[in-house]
Amino acid sequence: MSSVSSVIRASGALLVRGGRVVDPSQGIDDEVDVLIGDDGRVERLSGSIQVGEGVEVLDAAGLVVCPGLLDLHVHLREPGQEYKETIESGSRAAAAGGFTTVACMANTVPVNDCRSVTEHIVRAAQRCGLARVLPVGAISKGLRGEELAEMGDLVSAGVVAFSDDGRPVEHAELMRRALLYARHFGLPVVQHAQDMTVTGDGAMHEGPSSTRLGVPGVPRLAEDLMVARDLLLAEETGGRYHVQHLSSGRSVELIREAKARGVAVTCEVTPHHLLLTDRDVEESGLDPNFKMNPPLRESADRDALLAGLLDGTIDFIASDHAPHHVDEKLLDFVASPFGIVGLETTVSLLLDRLVHAGKIELGEMIRLLTSAPAKAFGLELGSLRPGAPGDVTLLDLEREVTVDPARFQSKSRNTPFAGWRLRGAPVVTVLAGRPIRVEPRPER
Amino acid sequence: MDLAVKRTLLDASHMQRVMRRMAGEIVERNRGVEGLLLIGIRTRGVPLAEFLVREIERMEGKKPAYGILDITLYRDDLSTIAPQPVVKESRLPDGLEGRRVVLCDDVLFTGRTIRAALDALMDYGRPKAVQLAVLIDRGHRELPIHADYVGETVRTTTSEVIKVRYAATDDGEEDVLLLDRE
Amino acid sequence: MAKSGWQRKDLLGIAELERTEIEAVLATAASFHEVATRPIKKVPTLRGKTVLNLFFEPSTRTRSSFEIAEKRMSADAINFSTAGSSLSKGESLLDTTRNLQAMSPDVLVIRHAHPRVPHQLAARLDTSVVNAGDGAHEHPTQALLDAFTILQHREQLDGLRVAILGDIEHSRVVRSNVLLLRKMGASVVIGGPYTMMPRSAEALGVDVAYSIDEALEGADVVMMLRVQTERQSRMSIPSADEYFALFGLDRARLRRANEGALVLHPGPINRGVEIASDVADGRASLILEQVSSGVAVRMAVLYLLAGGAS
Repeated sequence: MSSVSSVIRASGALLVRGGRVVDPSQGIDDEVDVLIGDDGRVERLSGSIQVGEGVEVLDAAGLVVCPGLLDLHVHLREPGQEYKETIESGSRAAAAGGFTTVACMANTVPVNDCRSVTEHIVRAAQRCGLARVLPVGAISKGLRGEELAEMGDLVSAGVVAFSDDGRPVEHAELMRRALLYARHFGLPVVQHAQDMTVTGDGAMHEGPSSTRLGVPGVPRLAEDLMVARDLLLAEETGGRYHVQHLSSGRSVELIREAKARGVAVTCEVTPHHLLLTDRDVEESGLDPNFKMNPPLRESADRDALLAGLLDGTIDFIASDHAPHHVDEKLLDFVASPFGIVGLETTVSLLLDRLVHAGKIELGEMIRLLTSAPAKAFGLELGSLRPGAPGDVTLLDLEREVTVDPARFQSKSRNTPFAGWRLRGAPVVTVLAGRPIRVEPRPER
Repeated sequence: MDLAVKRTLLDASHMQRVMRRMAGEIVERNRGVEGLLLIGIRTRGVPLAEFLVREIERMEGKKPAYGILDITLYRDDLSTIAPQPVVKESRLPDGLEGRRVVLCDDVLFTGRTIRAALDALMDYGRPKAVQLAVLIDRGHRELPIHADYVGETVRTTTSEVIKVRYAATDDGEEDVLLLDRE
Repeated sequence: MAKSGWQRKDLLGIAELERTEIEAVLATAASFHEVATRPIKKVPTLRGKTVLNLFFEPSTRTRSSFEIAEKRMSADAINFSTAGSSLSKGESLLDTTRNLQAMSPDVLVIRHAHPRVPHQLAARLDTSVVNAGDGAHEHPTQALLDAFTILQHREQLDGLRVAILGDIEHSRVVRSNVLLLRKMGASVVIGGPYTMMPRSAEALGVDVAYSIDEALEGADVVMMLRVQTERQSRMSIPSADEYFALFGLDRARLRRANEGALVLHPGPINRGVEIASDVADGRASLILEQVSSGVAVRMAVLYLLAGGAS
């Protein structure tokens, strides 16, 4: 899709010098320089590029240079809930977290189910120009799960996928038709897979912790039922099906089997589902910042998600950045809304808890945030191939950070990771050749 | 708080003599055991009441009625004590109406314990009369309360502490000691 | 003077109590039990103290029991029923906390539909907080009064086999009871229909039976739970009659329990649904004793919390 990169203005050539370039899309892990041309696109990669006056030089010595990161599951809350987040504050949060591209879900007010809302999002994102904001259009009008949204019109306005995220598509026939109709555009139908009749008024994973706490539970089965049904629908229709934020180990198995059968399915997992469990919810004393949907499940699920990520069953990592105003999280656990922010914690969490912990290779982690999500959604992003958009993220693998919600660029503070000390952080974010965030180097 | 023994106020035999005299005074003043009810204030008034009951029975050949009163719930200093003192049951015979009650306690000091005991007692019924028997009156009253039967009156300073030991409850030790906070 | 050893500001759940603390409450309750036998059933212990009964959910029974306990202790009892008010929904805990602080009560008795709301309020308030039921989580005074009631008839809880039967998943009394009974050395079996059992019932650390007859086998104490017969529970049980036929406690079933087994029920009972009238009114039934025990236990709790250095 060439349209996504033309959104952002370039500002002149940039040389990223002396860093360790890790670009899984090209199989590169080497100390090379990256030159981004005047047009905001990658010109070339090679050892010791010499440039003349007028080319800005970014010293990347000691840092990892990778394609700009993608988070294809965020909520920017605009239009309608600007007290939680705006396209601008969300873009700032993305840049602060090392992300150059985000895909924002359709559950705004009004819902992004028509051209005018999509155009608003595109224009607002262009105005602030801090990230590529890719709108996701609704599957159904008003997310009501009754009639299809005008998918064709949405595509021409710039949506990159369809999702009723937050409101699972319950009606099997509607889902079947959505998968069929979306084939005309070659875009994925993105499902928040959860059977709401089984979910009931559940507020956390149904398991030993919820039993001890007396909190209404959301069983694994809620996800498994919907994933199983949708996989049959995807197989039947030949549509492109994407499962959001997997939480259940059983669903990972279902998808693994479906992929082996050749079903066109992709899926994502969040950092919190990879790192936390329902025991953390219990030990937090039911802190509302541990409440999200789908809920944190048990250690066996967490392990199955990591295994699914390593064997390729799970395609990429996305944060499900879901800002809620601090007042909303002052309610008690059951009463407070689902969701946590993630844009500004994802990279450090993954570097510290997965890469430094030896569970996943650095290159693999970068792939899961760059070429893998780009491939799943069919985006020409996430690569430093010559001609690709000049989006670059620089990582300092040794930078020690403490998660401090008060310093978030996001308008919201709802994170369960407050106070976590993490090693590794994004330090520079370059969008179309323009450094839009540069963290000062610590004095050595 | 370390307490040092300053001196023995009453030794065992003297203490027995004093308590026997008090028993005699109670019977004399109330003209026998008819309608008489001795009530020990929990905890340190109970052994005194029990001694007096036995002594009166020995003298009169008839046992007077006897009960135990727990005054914890009536104290006015609860909010200054932490943790809370243990509440124990009161055990009083049915019907205080028409009885002559003798409240028994080891030491009479500020009078607040007796005030609480009177309040507690009134919640159980309306005795004909209430008298007070104490082994030691050490002064420093904070309320207009006066004992009817006193074993021994002792002049004390407020830093001093009086400890009464009964053979029945203190491993056979029986005496009254004057201690001082160091 | 002997001290109770009670040091806590709040009574939020059985989970955090030591065995000695449970014993302290039960011993104190025994003394308060005596107060109810007096001609004047009122003591001045909490004179001048304000107790706020804050019920976010209606509960006539528990609230009345607390209120009687408060009044017998001479506290000023104020009822704050919030059903339908701004407090019942949406108001943040922070605002609720500030409101309550402004009223400066000495003790706050709180019932809420959601787990751990009392815990969260307690963490932010200087006032003592008593949890009078937080959803299906804890209801410590109920567990204490049940234990107290059993101890009126048994020497100790150690070694007793207790069967808790009925809607385990939604019961607000079962978790505290399980915690208390286990801490005191009793063994517990929970039983009921599959549809009323939490998915991870074993997480409660008890034996689990799906037949009432099996659960009753060898029980020294039988605790029946109230079954909701409203429409929303029809997904769990088809009808009250069928529930009684399959899971109700009648005399014939009770014979499976040990000789002289005690029968408890937190009330209000549904006659002919979870319990037959002849059992509810029979010799084994302690249901009314539980009510009077409830007042004594709550007096004891208020006594232990409301004094202390202020």
